Amino acid sequence: MLRSDVSNGRAPVREHDPAPHDPLPAPDWGEMLQLLSPDGTRHPDPVYDPWVEDVDDDALLALYEDMVVSRRFDVEAVALQRQGQLGLWPPLLGQEAAQIGSARTLRPDDFVFTSYRENGVAYCRGASPVDLVRVWRGNALAGWDPRAIGMATPQVMIGAQTLHATGYALGCVRDGVDSVAVAYFGDGATSKGDVHEAMVFAATFAAPVVFFCQNNQWAISEPVGLQAHRPLADRAPGYGIPSVRVDGNDVLAVMAATRVALDRARRGEGPTFVEAVTYRMGPHTTSDDPTRYADPEVRAQWAAKDPIVRVEQHLHARGALSEERTQEVKEKAEAFAMQMREATYGMTAPEPLTVFDHVLVEPSAELERQRSQYAAYLAMFGGEG
Amino acid sequence: MATTTMAAALGSGLRRALEDDPRVVLLGEDIGRLGGVFRVTDGLQRDFGLDRVMDTPLAEAGIMGVAVGLAYRGFRPVVEIQFDGFVYPALDQMVTQVGRLHYRTGGTVRMPITIRIPYGGGIGAVEHHSESPEAYFAHTPGLRVVTCASPQDAHTMIRQAIACDDPVVFFEPKRRYWTKGDVDDVALDDALPLDRARVVVEGTDVTLVAYGPLVVTARDAALAAADDGVSVEVVDLRSLSPLDLSTVEQSVRKTGRLVVTHEAQRSGGLGAEIAAGITERCFPVLSAAPVRVTGFDTPYPPAKLEEHFLPDLDRLLDAVDQVLGRQHSLTGWSA
Repeated sequence: MLRSDVSNGRAPVREHDPAPHDPLPAPDWGEMLQLLSPDGTRHPDPVYDPWVEDVDDDALLALYEDMVVSRRFDVEAVALQRQGQLGLWPPLLGQEAAQIGSARTLRPDDFVFTSYRENGVAYCRGASPVDLVRVWRGNALAGWDPRAIGMATPQVMIGAQTLHATGYALGCVRDGVDSVAVAYFGDGATSKGDVHEAMVFAATFAAPVVFFCQNNQWAISEPVGLQAHRPLADRAPGYGIPSVRVDGNDVLAVMAATRVALDRARRGEGPTFVEAVTYRMGPHTTSDDPTRYADPEVRAQWAAKDPIVRVEQHLHARGALSEERTQEVKEKAEAFAMQMREATYGMTAPEPLTVFDHVLVEPSAELERQRSQYAAYLAMFGGEG
Repeated sequence: MATTTMAAALGSGLRRALEDDPRVVLLGEDIGRLGGVFRVTDGLQRDFGLDRVMDTPLAEAGIMGVAVGLAYRGFRPVVEIQFDGFVYPALDQMVTQVGRLHYRTGGTVRMPITIRIPYGGGIGAVEHHSESPEAYFAHTPGLRVVTCASPQDAHTMIRQAIACDDPVVFFEPKRRYWTKGDVDDVALDDALPLDRARVVVEGTDVTLVAYGPLVVTARDAALAAADDGVSVEVVDLRSLSPLDLSTVEQSVRKTGRLVVTHEAQRSGGLGAEIAAGITERCFPVLSAAPVRVTGFDTPYPPAKLEEHFLPDLDRLLDAVDQVLGRQHSLTGWSA
């Protein structure tokens, strides 16, 4: 099922490839792993079923809850930005299954390196409501202590974190542990040299790293067809890295595929590339305006493949989602969102002189000089300095 | 005490670091089986194994990014960039990640990465093999930038750099790799701190600040000037970021005259920062405007022109004459 060479799982060959300036807005690149169809029907899959056979009603309900909470706080954060409480927010709307399905397969001793959109992943790793907004309010450059929750500070530079994950994975091997590093990145990042070099290094040294690509079809305004003329998952076999293309709106399929990848890494078989095919239902960030480039009809098609609705329907079909439980989940999501709102309002701006902190472990004499000069300057206005 | 080349002194320093700390790992192109194109890492992979001395794919950004990940995991990576001119693909990771992660994370994640870069000209090399890119890194907050001028400093400073919890860009003056000198195994606690300059020739008339490959040239200039009755004090800067301006200031307060030299291009270079910093601190005691003797604002020229590009003893003496108010190349040589 994994694409271990380029002859396996190829997309159908088009009559002629489009020119580079004529990207396909929503290419249909063929088969992908799906266990739950958009209407909530469960497809049997002899290869991947065993990887999720432990996912009983309770486990599925837990995934459902995580997705609902993530969507809720994401909506709240957008509202906070619109109200001027946050400077910016990168919505994850539509990507809940890709993020929760993968993050909930991880162990605490695994380590994830993400981009800035993986707030659902951060939630699963244990980020608190205030952790999630610190950076976006402009109060800090990091929301949490990376080692406390096994998650690096979200990376703003596109694709840079894939190398960090690879290096971390090599460190795990040297430490003799079976922890895995997971790199989350998007379709745009696959064009970056860092991602290429990360896959070269990971393949060469059989690094226990999972390259988890959320193909949400957009890099700001640029469609994935501008980054690639073949499925992104097809790139990996060229490096000697097996890959799988999975319905990123299917939390079960994402979980199964990620577990296969993690298992390979833990057994010393090296990296795996997972392409989770999803859709960015919101703007790139709150500063973006997708009406300038995104086709509302395509968006509507993806809305019909909603990751939360399909689990809801599946749970209903299993008779596993009671009114009470639905209400509980809703209340939990509401509570988390309210904590996020209150934390945002309660945040005080950092002290001016902390701008000088932590440049070097041992501050330089020159920077201490700049600090004391600026303190004197501030004191001139009667501040505390 | 042993007499050895700078290349061998660096190698023995790296060996000591590998012995002293099991978290030290070396990464680079051709550093393993070959021992590095300059043989600095000769024998280290044989003695410490493939996991600790890694030959990497030919990808400088990759090497640097992987080093960041290793540091995240608690290792002390020592990266070799094969030549100065090859560092630019890694510049992104160095500027956006290595230099900032400690700041970004509020001090919770340290990046004790040492980045070794053979640098500078004077070896008749092809393009991209003779550059002095130190100003880019000195301009980048969060990176320490150092360079050595003697086998003894090479040996001690590389160990200090690796032991340092901050990222250190370690520039090795490649045309001095084969210069021999005495090397003692100095306890790191007793060594001059990594961020301090050193007065290597004492003098009273002119302060001549040099670093890396030009310290030898500056010492020669001081000897030549002494024959002419001029007492030149030579400061080996050693640390390019942060700058130890206090040591330079102390010297200039004595001499009242400053000449700064580096191989790197002049505009926006370290010489400008030193001249400005010293002028700010010492303006009332300066007898002359500081003078810079540097490479020209050109790309590094072909080998047959490099003797014109590189500061040499005569250009340093000309600058000494200039700050002393004597006749010099710009005033002409009337009888």
